[in-house]
Amino acid sequence: MKRVLMICAIITVLTTVGIVWVLFSESYTFFQHVSIWDFLTDTKWSPVSTEKHFGILPLLSGTLLTTIISMAIAVPMGVTIAIYLSEYAPKKFRYYIKPMLEILASVPTVVYGFFALTVVTPFLQNYIPNLSGFNALSAGLVMGIMIIPMISSLSEDALYAVPKSLREGAYGMGSTRLQTSFQVILPAASSGIIVSIILAFARAVGETMIVTVAAGNMANLTADPRETVATITAFIVNMSTGDVPQDSIEYQTIFAAGVTLFVFTFILNSISFLIKKRFQEKYD
Amino acid sequence: MEKLSIKEKKLEAINLDVYYGQKQVLKNVNIAIKANTVTAFIGPSGCGKSTFLRTFNRMNDYVEGFRKEGDIIIDGKDIYQKMVRVEELRKKVGMVFQKPNPFPKTIFENVAYGLKIQGIKNKKLIEETVEKSLKQSALWDEVKDDLKKSALSLSGGQQQRLCIARALALEPSILLMDEPASALDPISTSKIEDLIWELKEKYTIVIVTHNMQQAGRISDNTAFFYMGDLVEYDETKTIFTNPKQERTQNYITGRFG
Amino acid sequence: MTNADKNRIKDKMFGYFGMACTFFGIFMLLIFLSDIVISGWQKVDFDFLSSFPSSRPKKAGIYPALIGTLWILGLTAIIALPIGIAAGVYFEEYAKKSKMANFLEINLANLAGVPSIIYGLLGLQIFVRTLNFGTSILSGACTLALLILPIIIVSTREALKAVPDSIRQASYGMGANTWQTIWHQVLPASSGGIITGIILAISRAIGETAPLIVIGAATYITYIPEDAMSNFTVLPMQIYDWVGMPETPDGDYKTISSAGIIVLLMITFLLNGIAVFLRNRWQKKVKW
Repeated sequence: MKRVLMICAIITVLTTVGIVWVLFSESYTFFQHVSIWDFLTDTKWSPVSTEKHFGILPLLSGTLLTTIISMAIAVPMGVTIAIYLSEYAPKKFRYYIKPMLEILASVPTVVYGFFALTVVTPFLQNYIPNLSGFNALSAGLVMGIMIIPMISSLSEDALYAVPKSLREGAYGMGSTRLQTSFQVILPAASSGIIVSIILAFARAVGETMIVTVAAGNMANLTADPRETVATITAFIVNMSTGDVPQDSIEYQTIFAAGVTLFVFTFILNSISFLIKKRFQEKYD
Repeated sequence: MEKLSIKEKKLEAINLDVYYGQKQVLKNVNIAIKANTVTAFIGPSGCGKSTFLRTFNRMNDYVEGFRKEGDIIIDGKDIYQKMVRVEELRKKVGMVFQKPNPFPKTIFENVAYGLKIQGIKNKKLIEETVEKSLKQSALWDEVKDDLKKSALSLSGGQQQRLCIARALALEPSILLMDEPASALDPISTSKIEDLIWELKEKYTIVIVTHNMQQAGRISDNTAFFYMGDLVEYDETKTIFTNPKQERTQNYITGRFG
Repeated sequence: MTNADKNRIKDKMFGYFGMACTFFGIFMLLIFLSDIVISGWQKVDFDFLSSFPSSRPKKAGIYPALIGTLWILGLTAIIALPIGIAAGVYFEEYAKKSKMANFLEINLANLAGVPSIIYGLLGLQIFVRTLNFGTSILSGACTLALLILPIIIVSTREALKAVPDSIRQASYGMGANTWQTIWHQVLPASSGGIITGIILAISRAIGETAPLIVIGAATYITYIPEDAMSNFTVLPMQIYDWVGMPETPDGDYKTISSAGIIVLLMITFLLNGIAVFLRNRWQKKVKW
């Protein structure tokens, strides 16, 4: 029996091997046509135009732009909510509010994309005249809302793990809840909170449907959140919906884009894993 | 035991009942504690002595379902009145806990913490207070060269003395100690006990302890609690040699608890 | 004003701010749900559920997408459940504190963080092309099964972890071997937690769009899938397709997208509701 179970566990390894193999083998063919140098430094991305460019920078900038906007919403809000729920709110309130926050994370992302496109963008256009119909801002903001519960719940776990005796020590010296939270509890839980932020960042980088629907599909090297951009993920989706012949260079671009995304998220996940491991050992 | 005049009463509980939800944990407790004495609360676990100690700096406020009737008077003022600022109260009534709980900061910052949260920025004043407090808690000689080190690198006994220094830095007039030596080895324990004896000159100390020998060694007066009742309160030597209540006698002689 | 007063005020302010933040997300969700309900509710009827998509929004329905979603749901569950639970049991009960276990652990943590679209690329190359399943329900289900595998494994492990060692030791003490102990004692004792995790994983799979687009699933299907090798579409893909459509004089795509979203959300919320309900009941009932 043990062997059967082990084979099932090994499927997880095979999945990783499969991902790495698929991404790298297809990209390998790609990089025989396009030099890695061009890929990393060319400032244009136009794989299907007549004048082809294969510079990943515009896609990376689009990805980072939407990600940073989302984090600007999700990190302060998520950490604040975590502190509020763990240090301020009554137990009962927490019991009822947490499942409601989880609903936010359970809504399919294509639905969030629809929300960004049909509600948030028209609303923002009232105040920001030059806002494109597809733009990084709406997509990033809505993505931020989606990610809030991820940060708040992981951070709350970290805050909750701080021994009660530290709280008592701080209160016993006349600290307010705010001082206790920010000067004692938060520093003690910092590694757990950093992990939650990194994981959320990785999630935002890999998020697909919101940006595909609401941020557009125009590879655009810009830092202006009002403009239409394309993220790595949006490019892959749009390329996949078109009719691209197999084994063409255009087809291989989605794997080259995919490998970039994978390396990016892999690094982020590894960092968070290492921090978590060290953090656990400290407390054991 | 002598009757205290109003002026002599540092701490006082009048007809105090405490409930956690439905459960009553203290029943009609009356006690008056004189300034610059050491008072020990003893009794079997779950008798309410820790809960009682924590009413003096309102540490029970955050416990869900906490409710009290009766009054706690410190320096002639009812500390549960609405206008009382609980943060101010706790600066005046310092507390040391069962398990040493230094903050994950440097030794210096631990002691300076109380001043900093009050918004005191005068560097010199802070440094002086840190040194003074560490000297008072008999830790200065051991750490004076390592003030920048993490407080967590200290031994358990040192950590507890650091926590005492941390409380003293606020210049309280009362020090509450909740089994401060129960997690420590005998040598550290005796250091803490010596310290308590010295601190008595400047502070009024109330200590909860499991250890009856300890209560006998360091306290002037002793209060024995049993199942939420204050059974007997008297001079320590009377309690240990000639208790008036049978329940006290039984506990002292180790027949239960 | 003294410093203490200032500190008190700051403390109060932060309390209100925290409460505001907590309600902000929920408030946005409400705005958004009401917007969708207002624009799509009147469209959700039997015709909508039983019609095929159409180039004329007024006549369009989600029948094939709904059936496709059910197919995908069923097949993904059939593939992912046994593998996920078995792997979870292996991780938690057998592979403890070895180098191999450590490696599996790191690998699992990383897999859980791989973006879903990457699974799409994997599925495209392996299931659609190498194994030649084509753009079929089977390819889609295999892809999504790999995607939710880490979720099932992690939640299974957590449920197993909650079973106290005393139960295992009692079973060993009666002469049971490891597998008998797991099968007769540990799994039944942790079933509530495992089922909760499974439902959450399935509801995640139902909402996934990107990997299915990448493997080439169609958005416009005019027949009902017959077997696992049929082409298919699913609800979120149908919605994605409609969201991208321009306005037509012949009716509004926003209405039918909203209607589709209402149906999709009802399914997800129902599954999540069941999961939360089971979790609370399980936590209440079992107090070790």
